[in-house]
Amino acid sequence: MTVIDNHGVLAKDGELSEASARDYFELLKPRVMSLVVFTAFAGLVLAPGHIHPVLGLIAILCIAVGAGASGALNMWYDADIDAIMSRTAKRPIPAGRIAPSEALAFGLVLSGFSVVILGLAVNWLSAGILAFTIFFYAVVYTMWLKRSTPQNIVIGGAAGAFPPMIGWACVTNSVTVESTVLFMIIFLWTPAHFWALALFKMRDYEAVGVPMLPNVAGERVTKHQIVAYAVLTAVCGVLPSFLGFASLGYGLVAAALGAIFIYCSIAVWRMPDGDLKMIPAKKLFGFSIFYLFAVFSALMIDRLASVLFSHAGGWF
Amino acid sequence: METVKLTEKQMKSRRNRNIALGLVLAGLVVLFYAITIVKIGGGMAG
Repeated sequence: MTVIDNHGVLAKDGELSEASARDYFELLKPRVMSLVVFTAFAGLVLAPGHIHPVLGLIAILCIAVGAGASGALNMWYDADIDAIMSRTAKRPIPAGRIAPSEALAFGLVLSGFSVVILGLAVNWLSAGILAFTIFFYAVVYTMWLKRSTPQNIVIGGAAGAFPPMIGWACVTNSVTVESTVLFMIIFLWTPAHFWALALFKMRDYEAVGVPMLPNVAGERVTKHQIVAYAVLTAVCGVLPSFLGFASLGYGLVAAALGAIFIYCSIAVWRMPDGDLKMIPAKKLFGFSIFYLFAVFSALMIDRLASVLFSHAGGWF
Repeated sequence: METVKLTEKQMKSRRNRNIALGLVLAGLVVLFYAITIVKIGGGMAG
């Protein structure tokens, strides 16, 4: 009979776990989570109305943990292909630091906690959208679309676009045209952002059989679509000004950022097929991240400025 | 009776996980306390 001293945790194949808390934190995809936190915070700030700061903080925490939980479920399901791709081979499951069943349990528990706490602390509409977001990312995108269609990230991108809508719903307990525009900015931005990455990681995706657009339809078609989505993103980026929930100043900043985004996408479009270095694609990928942070930052600064200005107007 | 001895690394990682779990549980206590205070405060103000 074999007894494990002090009830040690079993990792895979009967090995005792050597996973640290850091490995579990890595399962939450902290870099993706930072983008989620930022855009959800933007939704909270931009929404008309007021939320108690403590509840606002708890809302952000729940959205972050919910997003992280869906990341853990994604890593659990995708461990087989993560082990082959250079970008993901060092993740905790393929590297053997965390057993798949532990990651699954971790993801499910965090999903449940984040949704229930958001519902109890803030409201059930935002909790419902968070639950749908986790389901959409873990089941619709990861289990279904990712391995079956080259349009995987177009539809799956919706999961990453929900956080500002959840933030907005936390304050207003509603879904409005304004929060839908915030959703659309991220939704339309995702294909150009992700396909730029897919272009220079094409060999990786090919090796694991994930049908990314460059592998299935070719580089040329991907480049056409990158330009199309960049234009749509740039147009959607200035909509807050036209719809009246951001100033003309914001509109000018968003238009300039959108013009650079389109310029970078055209540089990718002009890149010869079969280019091995793919420098324009790498530049577009980098700028796309900056674009999203800049647009949402500009929206928040614009809101802050309008609040300060209205207070100043009240004093004089 | 055969027993499995934990290696130094396994002991260290388990201690690390236990500390993290303890901190998360303590954080949850603070979280629920904060929610309660804010909700009760809001109710009383109303």
